[in-house]
Amino acid sequence: MSKILIRGAKVLGGEPQDVLIDGATIAEVGTGLSADGAEVVEAGGKVLLPGLVDLHTHLREPGREDSETVLTGTRAAASGGYTNVFAMANTFPVADTAGVVEQVWRLGRESGYCDVQPIGAVTVGLEGAKLAELGAMHESAAGVTVFSDDGKCVHDAVIMRRALEYVKAFDGVVAQHAQEPRLTEGAQMNEGVVSAELGLGGWPAVAEESVIARDVLLAEHVGSRVHICHLSTAGSVEIVRWAKSRGIDVTAEVTPHHLLLTDELVRSYNPVYKVNPPLRTERDVLALREALADGTIDIVATDHAPHPHEDKDCEWAAAAMGMVGLETALSVVQETMVETGLLDWAGVADRMSVKPARIGQATGHGRPVSAGEPANLTLVDTEYRGRVDPAGFASRSRNTPYEGRELPGRVTHTWLRGKATLVDGKLT
Amino acid sequence: MDKQDTRQDARPVLEGPDIARVLTRIAHEIVERAKGADDVVLLGIPTRGVFLARRLADKLEQITERKMPVGSLDITMYRDDLRMHPPRALARTEIPGDGIDGRLVVLVDDVLFSGRTIRAALDALGDIGRPRAVQLAVLVDRGHRELPIRADYVGKNLPTSLRETVKVQLAEEDGRDTVLLGAKPAAPGAHP
Amino acid sequence: MQRHLISAADLTRDDAVLILDTAEEMARVADRPIKKLPTLRGRTVVNLFFEDSTRTRISFEAAEKRLSADVINFTAKGSSVSKGESLKDTAQTLEAMGVDAVVIRHGASGAPYRLATSGWIDAAVVNAGDGTHQHPTQALLDAFTMRRRLVGRDAGLGKDLDGRRITLVGDILHSRVARSNVDLLHTLGAEVTLVAPPTLLPVGVETWPCEVSYDLDSTLPKSDAVMLLRVQRERMNAAFFPTEREYSRRYGLDGERMAKMPDHAIVMHPGPMVRGMEITAEVADSDRCTAVEQVTNGVSIRMAVLYLLLGGNEPAVTHARTSEEK
Repeated sequence: MSKILIRGAKVLGGEPQDVLIDGATIAEVGTGLSADGAEVVEAGGKVLLPGLVDLHTHLREPGREDSETVLTGTRAAASGGYTNVFAMANTFPVADTAGVVEQVWRLGRESGYCDVQPIGAVTVGLEGAKLAELGAMHESAAGVTVFSDDGKCVHDAVIMRRALEYVKAFDGVVAQHAQEPRLTEGAQMNEGVVSAELGLGGWPAVAEESVIARDVLLAEHVGSRVHICHLSTAGSVEIVRWAKSRGIDVTAEVTPHHLLLTDELVRSYNPVYKVNPPLRTERDVLALREALADGTIDIVATDHAPHPHEDKDCEWAAAAMGMVGLETALSVVQETMVETGLLDWAGVADRMSVKPARIGQATGHGRPVSAGEPANLTLVDTEYRGRVDPAGFASRSRNTPYEGRELPGRVTHTWLRGKATLVDGKLT
Repeated sequence: MDKQDTRQDARPVLEGPDIARVLTRIAHEIVERAKGADDVVLLGIPTRGVFLARRLADKLEQITERKMPVGSLDITMYRDDLRMHPPRALARTEIPGDGIDGRLVVLVDDVLFSGRTIRAALDALGDIGRPRAVQLAVLVDRGHRELPIRADYVGKNLPTSLRETVKVQLAEEDGRDTVLLGAKPAAPGAHP
Repeated sequence: MQRHLISAADLTRDDAVLILDTAEEMARVADRPIKKLPTLRGRTVVNLFFEDSTRTRISFEAAEKRLSADVINFTAKGSSVSKGESLKDTAQTLEAMGVDAVVIRHGASGAPYRLATSGWIDAAVVNAGDGTHQHPTQALLDAFTMRRRLVGRDAGLGKDLDGRRITLVGDILHSRVARSNVDLLHTLGAEVTLVAPPTLLPVGVETWPCEVSYDLDSTLPKSDAVMLLRVQRERMNAAFFPTEREYSRRYGLDGERMAKMPDHAIVMHPGPMVRGMEITAEVADSDRCTAVEQVTNGVSIRMAVLYLLLGGNEPAVTHARTSEEK
């Protein structure tokens, strides 16, 4: 078996240490470890984290291979320091049967860049009317434990209640895309001062908050756990905080872009800023950062949503919603959370690896960097500063809101069970 | 015709009394050539041509003891050099009540130079009506015509070089009556 | 540098006054036997209309033709747009034909802004109404009408609308006319009050440079001009208000209400009017209603805008702020 010695890495941002990988496992962590025939990677003070886990990725395959495939998406993931991604169910066909989730799972295994855990749809065709065969998806080779109609909200209270109850049988979790459909008909951006001026259909915060409030109460009532996707408003934070204080089993995620960008950017009418949920206000951004720091929001999830150029190179109303995020997530978190003093690197590891792995029951991921653990690791050059150049993305799509923006940090190495998927910033 | 030019080396070639005198002479010439001037309409070309037209009208009224129709004709939108400059603010076109059809229109301007302004004025007139005839009165003719146009009434013929500027100042606009001859500033990149 | 007219908010006070003054001179052309100027000879303007609006298109077309521009009319109906061709492709196709300016009406807010700023085309862009965003030439012709009536045709030259009290009534939420008017009237020094049921006011209106009232009757005596906005009947079905009758009882202008306005005050309407809804026939047909005048003034304003944007080698209209600063 091959050995790799990572020399002088700040494990979780701590004092420099050496980490010896033997095969798929971390053999030893300490100082002054001898190379002894191992390939040596000089970390030179870079930060070593457990491989990142994304609970919210759109890989687009099957159906929209023009925007992303499992292969290109997992390459993007490896570039961004991820070793495990959860693939959302809104593909064509929808991942609402054992057959589709197994296909995605198999494609992930073949890619070799990153583990792919399919998410199953809650309802047939994401239509919100009839439960999909959740049990069959769980029992399939893909072993689905997270279910979501993401892109659409499970808006019917009875269906949501049943789903929350049903998945208890196999300890599954429903990840809700909280968006009250009637309140968001024709919605194009956050409803507020900017939408009033731009004349774009408003997407009120209450459309998200009312669904979250309902769902945490439902979860409490039926004794289930519920996960809230891409929480985006200060009000949502308050509701989740209240629910957690009541002991309700709720977890929540925030996207990198909601930690950084605001609806002021929409004044450019550039659809690269069009996303669901929409970019909110400065006040919301600050509340989300604070909530991620204090644990009210459990994790960062990218909502990586690739779209082909033509779906963004058009007028705002005609454009698709979503942004790619896998390759910039860690940099945005460094800028918004680490450099602001809200989180240390151990905190980043917790929010971007440990907790998402726990919520998604991803065995072998989100583990401590210590001897005997699987060698899923990410090495980050936190001193790096550079402008985002989408031309260098591994993703098939380029719809990033950060083009030309300077962001800190750069993932240089990623190891998936001891196998390097990224070396010196280049995919293997 | 750099109208903002008030540099020291500009030399007056006509002073207030001279201007009054030549306008009186032109008024008499108009009466004589137009056989009593009973169908004359004076149209000044903004800005200073309008003031000159009004002064001429006053003098004609004194001579003929009749009301003299006077108006203004803005030629901005008929210029042939529109695309060489930013759009200019428009000035007023004011045609006297009885119009210009069948009348003798006397166009009045301060300086006759290339003739392009008058060409534009003739085009503009054509869109307003059909005069019996059109004549031209100018305070100063400085030569260098670029079109086959001549003035019928000239206050002063002023031979100039293209390096010189001629500036007319009138009390209504500038606070005093004078015609100044100066040298064109040798600004880098200035067009000849 | 800006060569476009996208939003009334982009105009400085001096720009706006220059446009109004220029329009006064353009208006006089209409009194001549030959209502035509050679100013835009050899320039090609395309009227790119993705939304039906015969009134606005005809007004622009008349303005373009009076300035001797070559005019191409392109309406989305029956065109390749309905076959899925994008705005970008359409605009580039037209520009390939040598178009100097694009007058665009589009159902999507921001479409003219995208056209002007995305590097798709080089032509000047004039917004003829986009979604529920802006309709700057409408605001200009409204201000022109107000200045003529409230300040004076000649007395108004060079002047703004300082201190005039303008009331806008109706569906503010869905109105690009309201947004443009609030921006422009504020720039021109007028005091604007919006009157509407709360359902038809946008969230965020409190940051606009105007007053907001739900009560028409108390606002009328303090108004120099009252502008009624069209209220589409279909809004009723989306529960913006209960019934047509209730709307007109609370927010419609009838003869009795008009009598509460000061004697000099005028009634304005951008058209098309829904008689019996926001305005009664009695008011619409009264001398105080300027609806028809507004149509006439629209041509003069559009001539002025086209002249000032296209008449020279660069536009005469500067902008209060660049798009980057917005």
